[in-house]
Amino acid sequence: MEKAVLTVIGKDKVGIIAKVSNIFAEKNVNILDLSQTIMQDIFTMIVLVDVEKSTIPFAELSDEMTNLGKEMGLNMQLQHEQIFDSMHQI
Amino acid sequence: MVLSSEKIIETVKMIQEEHLDIRTVTMGISLLDCIGADIDATCENVYKKICDKAGNLVSVCEGIEKDLGIPIVNKRVSVTPVSLILGNGTVDDAVKIAETLEKCADTIGVNFIGGFSALVHKGYTDADRTLISSIPKALKATTKVCSSVNVGTTKAGINMDAVAQLGKVIKEAAETSDEGMSCARLVVFANAPEDNPFMAGAFHGVGEPEVVINVGVSGPGVVKCALEKVKGESFNVVAETIKKTAFKVTRMGQLVAQEAAERLNAQFGIVDLSLAPTPAVGDSVARILEEMGLERCGAHGTTAALALLNDAVKKGGVMASSSVGGLSGAFIPVSEDEGMIAAVQAGSLSIEKLEAMTCVCSVGLDMIVVPGKTPASTISAIIADEAAIGVINNKTTAVRIIPAPGKDVGDMVEFGGLLGSGPVMKVNECSSEDFVARGGRIPAPIHSLRN
Repeated sequence: MEKAVLTVIGKDKVGIIAKVSNIFAEKNVNILDLSQTIMQDIFTMIVLVDVEKSTIPFAELSDEMTNLGKEMGLNMQLQHEQIFDSMHQI
Repeated sequence: MVLSSEKIIETVKMIQEEHLDIRTVTMGISLLDCIGADIDATCENVYKKICDKAGNLVSVCEGIEKDLGIPIVNKRVSVTPVSLILGNGTVDDAVKIAETLEKCADTIGVNFIGGFSALVHKGYTDADRTLISSIPKALKATTKVCSSVNVGTTKAGINMDAVAQLGKVIKEAAETSDEGMSCARLVVFANAPEDNPFMAGAFHGVGEPEVVINVGVSGPGVVKCALEKVKGESFNVVAETIKKTAFKVTRMGQLVAQEAAERLNAQFGIVDLSLAPTPAVGDSVARILEEMGLERCGAHGTTAALALLNDAVKKGGVMASSSVGGLSGAFIPVSEDEGMIAAVQAGSLSIEKLEAMTCVCSVGLDMIVVPGKTPASTISAIIADEAAIGVINNKTTAVRIIPAPGKDVGDMVEFGGLLGSGPVMKVNECSSEDFVARGGRIPAPIHSLRN
């Protein structure tokens, strides 16, 4: 399994999950976990995915998510899970 | 999810809002096997080796940036001090090697290449002498080559002949370049580290392996933001907060260094735990010191604040990395730090205060612009003072000073990019001419006799 984390930060609106999960489904990326909260008045969503069987390279998938974020006026970023693990876990 | 949402968002915010980045991934390459029968053969070998080893440095780093979502601001190369491969070459030969290094930088796409260097702390070889006198020409002929000279160590003392010569070299480099720009690529060290990834002082030391990856982290903005949350609390809390932040920042460096070394098939060298500012607002070391309760950087208390910061950064970082080295501490370059520039302009920060600060931080007088009329002997004397601080206190010190031609106190000099812009600072106008003219060597301090 090759885990990655999508973070979505911005203003809540209709269809965020639909659009995000649509792209993931198209690219054969499995969603493992999903949580959304309001943190300091800002909508935040965190999606844990398995990108191992993705049909496109990670860099392209990451660009696609960033672009979707731009379209929707949200800050979206896909990063390998490693970066969070190494910063917060010993 | 194993990690909480707060932790994930904290990391994302550090990168997106607080300027957390990997400041540099620097590949150190040994050039000792590149010495050829004549200078043209040497240059050809150098070009081939650097392009071979570092050819995909930039693309690999860009891949890591994408995967981890953390910016790697600079990709750079450091090489064996060029004086060691110059042999009996002439000044023009030395310039040829510099031009070859520039060509390498262009080919592989790095923004700086360091190692046009000489180590002369105990004395000169003929090649050292040639290389040092070629520095102004070499810097003029290039835009990406960085030069450094080590003039003192705690073991050997200070080579005052070299100190005197470098005062003149710096003046010449300033006068033959636009606004003294060349001098931004020339560092004079005492106790220079052999594995420093940061420019302009990076070179690949003789004790280093064939190819090595050294990584410099950054994150003054992250530390500043962390401190904003503990306003008014005691210094114990301040130190703990900085330590924890430095730990997190360094973990990023360690991860990137390991990945880069593996993907580039090179040995992982060190992570340099440094707080390196940039001219961007929110990325300043001076503002961290001010956050501790000083009205302006340079106010009384600044040295103590910097000492605490420097120490806490090391303590936090050291456990986060398997191998720590380089300069590791806080950098205080004036022109590259928005808060430092403001402090100088407000009249709160002087060269004398900066000199005191260099006693407790990781580098020295860095990116300081002084009037163009400053005599070479005064520049040499400034170098001697800094070297003395380093040699006596068993630490690295450096001088990167720009005597900007035609500029005087109060003027600004624009360097552009990461080098920023520097206000011209006042220097003591009393002469140090006879002091510098003595030459010879200031002996090593008594505590060098440790065996």
